[in-house]
Amino acid sequence: MMVKEITVLSGKGGTGKTSVAASLAVLTKRTVMTDCDVDAPDLHLLLKPEVLETQEFKASRVAVIDEEKCVQCGKCEEHCRFDAIEKLIIDPILCEGCGVCAYICPVAAIELEKRVSGYAFISKTKYGPMSHALLNPGEENSGKLVSLVRKNAKKVAEKENCELIINDGPPGIGCPVIASVGGVDMGLIVVEPTLSGIHDMERALGLLSHFKIPSLVCVNKYDLNEENTSRIVEFCGSNGVEVVGKIPFDQIVTESMVAGKPIVEYSPESRVSKAIAELWKQTLKHV
Amino acid sequence: MILTVASGKGGTGKTTVAVNMALSLENVQLLDCDVEEPNSHILLQPKINETKPVYTKVPVVSEELCDYCGKCSKFCAYNALFVAPKTVMVFPELCHNCGGCSLVCPKNAITEKERQIGAIKKGESKGVEIVYGELNVGEAMAVPLIRAVKNQMKSNKNVIIDAPPGTACSLVASVHKTDYCILVTEPTPFGLHDLKITVQVLKDLGVPMGVIINRAGLGDRKVYEYCKKENIPLLLEIPFSKKIAELYSRGVPFVEKMPEWKEKFLEVQDNIKR
Repeated sequence: MMVKEITVLSGKGGTGKTSVAASLAVLTKRTVMTDCDVDAPDLHLLLKPEVLETQEFKASRVAVIDEEKCVQCGKCEEHCRFDAIEKLIIDPILCEGCGVCAYICPVAAIELEKRVSGYAFISKTKYGPMSHALLNPGEENSGKLVSLVRKNAKKVAEKENCELIINDGPPGIGCPVIASVGGVDMGLIVVEPTLSGIHDMERALGLLSHFKIPSLVCVNKYDLNEENTSRIVEFCGSNGVEVVGKIPFDQIVTESMVAGKPIVEYSPESRVSKAIAELWKQTLKHV
Repeated sequence: MILTVASGKGGTGKTTVAVNMALSLENVQLLDCDVEEPNSHILLQPKINETKPVYTKVPVVSEELCDYCGKCSKFCAYNALFVAPKTVMVFPELCHNCGGCSLVCPKNAITEKERQIGAIKKGESKGVEIVYGELNVGEAMAVPLIRAVKNQMKSNKNVIIDAPPGTACSLVASVHKTDYCILVTEPTPFGLHDLKITVQVLKDLGVPMGVIINRAGLGDRKVYEYCKKENIPLLLEIPFSKKIAELYSRGVPFVEKMPEWKEKFLEVQDNIKR
């Protein structure tokens, strides 16, 4: 059986990706949820996973100078393109672990040490399995960790006979977002009706079409500015993208977040929950 | 003074704070380092007077000189080169431009060419100088573009940096070597959770910080308790208000319609200086 994969994304942060994704976890069966926002993950705050398996994520290296061997020739500093070596001291924050300094050092005084950049988790929740991770603060390689999260999800999906993977994506359109959308069956963009939201949605749609991934859009808090909502619907219409739902603004969403529950579980009869159920029904027609 | 506005969680109001603060202070240069999704120009509508392409270098392998020894691909820490028995493939999006492959090539078969990853735009609006970066759609690496934006920094200005969301390398590149960081959060569990990770990044970097709570009145009190416990000063509260949200949705900085807030942002600056 082919496992289908959907990524929820937005471009702009804080439009409601995680609130929507957590609700989809409740509305679906035989689904693996992932949190691909590995440097600021929030989905676990609503799904409350119990971690079954933890993996160390060792992707990056950092250069270390052995002062006793160093002859202070300065070649490392000269060749480092990341300005990470100053007066023969390596700034581990700027070092990208390329290894040029160790290669160029005439007395082999520099070594590259592997460091643990984060952790990946396979968990269970009351809504089904979950694959997630946590990048160490300030680390690089978030894209590689996202790829690991998705790989783990696929393994779990096969083992547990799931038919769907839903990825809660990170904001932006760069490295971790590209890693979150590569090869998925559908990108579901959550947009808010603000000028910034529209600008960022256009770039996110551009990213999906760049990678030839079909896209759908849902407007969150659509009634905060109905004129902008109309602009979104119009823009999507003229670009052949379907708007699958409009979710009203309601402070009950914040309440459910404080209660640590997905909104469709916290208040199934609310307008927001009904709108999310409807948007999911529309989304499924395309997957 | 160089101030960075950051948050961890997206959509908490970084750009709102950065732009309204820029309009409240004198002699400001605003650097929008959210090169994936820059938004401050939407609120400021600057007149752009300069656009500069930003390049990174990627390797070019001469098939004539190359003997497919594979040393370059073995050296590359980013898997940007793949050597097969009779061909070499370069994956430019993965390349970090370290220059290692051309150094290790025994045949001198590798040269470098420039590849555009985005552009920086410079402009002016309402007395504020603005510089922002725009990463090309489909490009993975934001950090070189963030560095290009920061290279435009003017030391005689009050510099405000609008940082991207997240707590990874893009945030580090934005906040590195700044005097102070304003963390914008919202009083919700998501806001608090991501704030805690961001505080850790700033502690590791040794950058002093304070918090602005946006949409105050929503959510709960846990962000306040956390800041108190961690001794992080609360610089300002911006209440949850439909008026502010509505102005933002239309791209209007709220200090323009609510000028009494300029005074509050000036006070924030004074408090930070102290």
